[in-house]
Amino acid sequence: MAGSTRDWLLAQLDAPPDPPQPLKGSEAEPKLDGLLAILSTSGGPSVPGEAPSLPRRQIPDAEVLAYLARLIVTPTPFRERLVAFWANHFTISLRGGRTVAVLAGDYVRTAIRPHVTGRFVDLLRAAVLHPAMLAYLNQAASVGPNSPVGLSRKVGLNENLAREILELHTLTPAAGYTQADVTEFARLLTGLTVQTRQEPRGTIFRAARHEPGTRTILGKTFVEGAASIDAAFEWLANHPSTQRHVALKLARHFVADEPPTPVVDRLARLLRATGGDLGAVTRELVALPEAWDRSLSKLRSPLDISIAWLRALGAGAEAAKTASDTSQALGQGVWNAVGPNGWPDKAEGWASPEGLLLRLDWAYDLAGRFSRTDARQALDVTLGPLASASTREAVLRAGSNREALTFLLGSPEFQRR
Amino acid sequence: MRHHSPGIGRRGFLLGLATAAVFGNSRLAFAAGPGGGQRFVVVLLRGALDGLSAVQPYGDPALAGLRGSLASPEPGAAGGLLDLGGFFGLHPRLTKMHAMFTSGQLMPLHAVCGPTRSRSHFEAQDMLESGAEQRMASGWLNRALASRPAQMNARNREAFAIGADLPLILRGAEPVGMYTPSRTDRPPNDVYSQLMELNHADPLIGPALAEGLRARGFTAGVVPRNEQRGGFAELASAAGRLMAAQDGPRVAAMEIGGWDTHQNQANRLVPILAQLDDGLDALRLSLGAAWSTTVVLVMTEFGRTVRVNGSNGTDHGTGSAAFLLGGAVSGGRVLADWPGLGPDKLLEQRDLQPTLDLRSVAKGLLSSHLQLPDPAIAVAFPNSEAIKPKGGLLVT
Repeated sequence: MAGSTRDWLLAQLDAPPDPPQPLKGSEAEPKLDGLLAILSTSGGPSVPGEAPSLPRRQIPDAEVLAYLARLIVTPTPFRERLVAFWANHFTISLRGGRTVAVLAGDYVRTAIRPHVTGRFVDLLRAAVLHPAMLAYLNQAASVGPNSPVGLSRKVGLNENLAREILELHTLTPAAGYTQADVTEFARLLTGLTVQTRQEPRGTIFRAARHEPGTRTILGKTFVEGAASIDAAFEWLANHPSTQRHVALKLARHFVADEPPTPVVDRLARLLRATGGDLGAVTRELVALPEAWDRSLSKLRSPLDISIAWLRALGAGAEAAKTASDTSQALGQGVWNAVGPNGWPDKAEGWASPEGLLLRLDWAYDLAGRFSRTDARQALDVTLGPLASASTREAVLRAGSNREALTFLLGSPEFQRR
Repeated sequence: MRHHSPGIGRRGFLLGLATAAVFGNSRLAFAAGPGGGQRFVVVLLRGALDGLSAVQPYGDPALAGLRGSLASPEPGAAGGLLDLGGFFGLHPRLTKMHAMFTSGQLMPLHAVCGPTRSRSHFEAQDMLESGAEQRMASGWLNRALASRPAQMNARNREAFAIGADLPLILRGAEPVGMYTPSRTDRPPNDVYSQLMELNHADPLIGPALAEGLRARGFTAGVVPRNEQRGGFAELASAAGRLMAAQDGPRVAAMEIGGWDTHQNQANRLVPILAQLDDGLDALRLSLGAAWSTTVVLVMTEFGRTVRVNGSNGTDHGTGSAAFLLGGAVSGGRVLADWPGLGPDKLLEQRDLQPTLDLRSVAKGLLSSHLQLPDPAIAVAFPNSEAIKPKGGLLVT
């Protein structure tokens, strides 16, 4: 692969941040404080300050569409791929209820996006401490049973977030933790909750909800208090099991469903050597020869192919709703994964017969909506030299431009990245 | 490949096929199954059903103290449990299932668990579907069907590619496929043909597309295209119609998610129990006369903590409840070797102690209902000789 492509990818990592993106029907990009204020009121149409000036129930859709509009037109698609990858690693889902749904856009904007080339520990902290995650995995409701609040209200632990951090975000069960470790970590995390009714709105630590006492997690001791929560994140982020897990997931996403072990080893070593520098690891991924090996290519997920199709068809930001409908119909509602383990990242998760057949139906549908896009030009711009002779011939000989576009979008090359 | 246009699919041509459909939080997959009249449906409740809410041991003296607000009133009281014979009561919303119990067609199972003691959803689901204490690439139901002797195959067994987003329980060597209604305009047949040709040589996409077209030919005649809007009940109804057909599939796996009730459990369980109750009744109705030869196994990956957690929910536990239903089930009673909820009885002082391995139930059904021979059952559930097939589950 040409060096210029690598340079283009690397340049995206250093490009200035994208400009703020107001939601449709609103002048400013929403801020967490305003969103939490909306959540703490009755949901009326408009709240002063930095809240979006649209009704609460319209916010989740508007956030999804703003995100998709950005994906369709972005000059930095590689950075967006990193954002999508990490948002899936630290999954929250619109299925998680109203609070999660209203905050989902802010979560990706403020907890994921700024950290994708930073340190893993900062990303971990930002993601799991964001009010959307605390709501999605029920941490906001977890109380130390022997804390003042726990004793007076007879409430107690909810271990959901603690378990998923250990299992999905950091160590994985390969680290050998037990139920006792999960419970200890859940005790340590008590106190974390979300303040919505007064400023400062957002995640706060309430000592009155924190379980008193020293905690032991996988043999490591933590004294009580907020500082230990932070120390636990630092420790988990730099644990060899976490680094192995993150290396495997990155290699699986960028190289192959079953990535070569040396690649995983190399990324894990780099994470170790750099203290979890995701920018360094991303640059290493771009440099890896295996990442450019066509025989190791990946099947595009429904969202990936929906965006790739619309970009190929020359669509603009106004096609965000089309992107949303297409991805949803092909099985991947945006920010709407079924469980906290996120969307699958292997072909087997998306390669069902009907799922692939539906892609052909949608290719034909979209080709009809954009039938004035020149198919030959689109072929050269998207697949270029990667197009097989039969794909090229099908596009060039098609009876109509719509059919030519259908053959381009429905070709096997287009299903992969 | 040109002849694989969608108009050509004939049901007779497609009999080796299994299909699957996906709507909302529920999913459905079929396999042809053995040649007899017996129907077998597995319903997976993903997310871990709180068995102590679905089937409440109101006769256990420790229940009320441990469960507090999550315990329903006793049978007879307003909004009370539906009695299951004096010790257990069914959740008040499971009225249709209770009617099946009364007519002897529902057998609740309690203190059950899959092959693992993992409290990870993802691990425990994989092992429940693998039928083993470690993850396998295929599911026990598929292996059982694929291992049956050749003379049991009254049906076509063409080699179809495997629909990989099928539930793991039905993945494997036995032919499977998938079906979903389309909300778009479909291309004309000649465009399909050319697209098929373009993708023909691709080892992943080519066979899958060919199989997808065949599946559409099979299901199009049975499942009306515009009916597939809703959730589990619609899916169950479609499943029943497909399976009721003389030459339809005999084995299906369905799933319904949303059971992970860490918070506000009492309220969150009601709508999903309602979906389950309505769906199972829809399955019964659409199977019609075939219900009499049907067994449905409803199970979940693990139970939930016996005590209420800090947010009126429950966390991941171990023992849970399951259900057998159908005209072939010897129901009207609860099958449980009840371990008790006293303080010294709980597993790790927090979970219902499992006393029945779901593999034992599944083995019993494969053996006595689908009449599969022992070697096929051993392939389905490897390294589990000590777990004997449970008898006495069916009407004789």
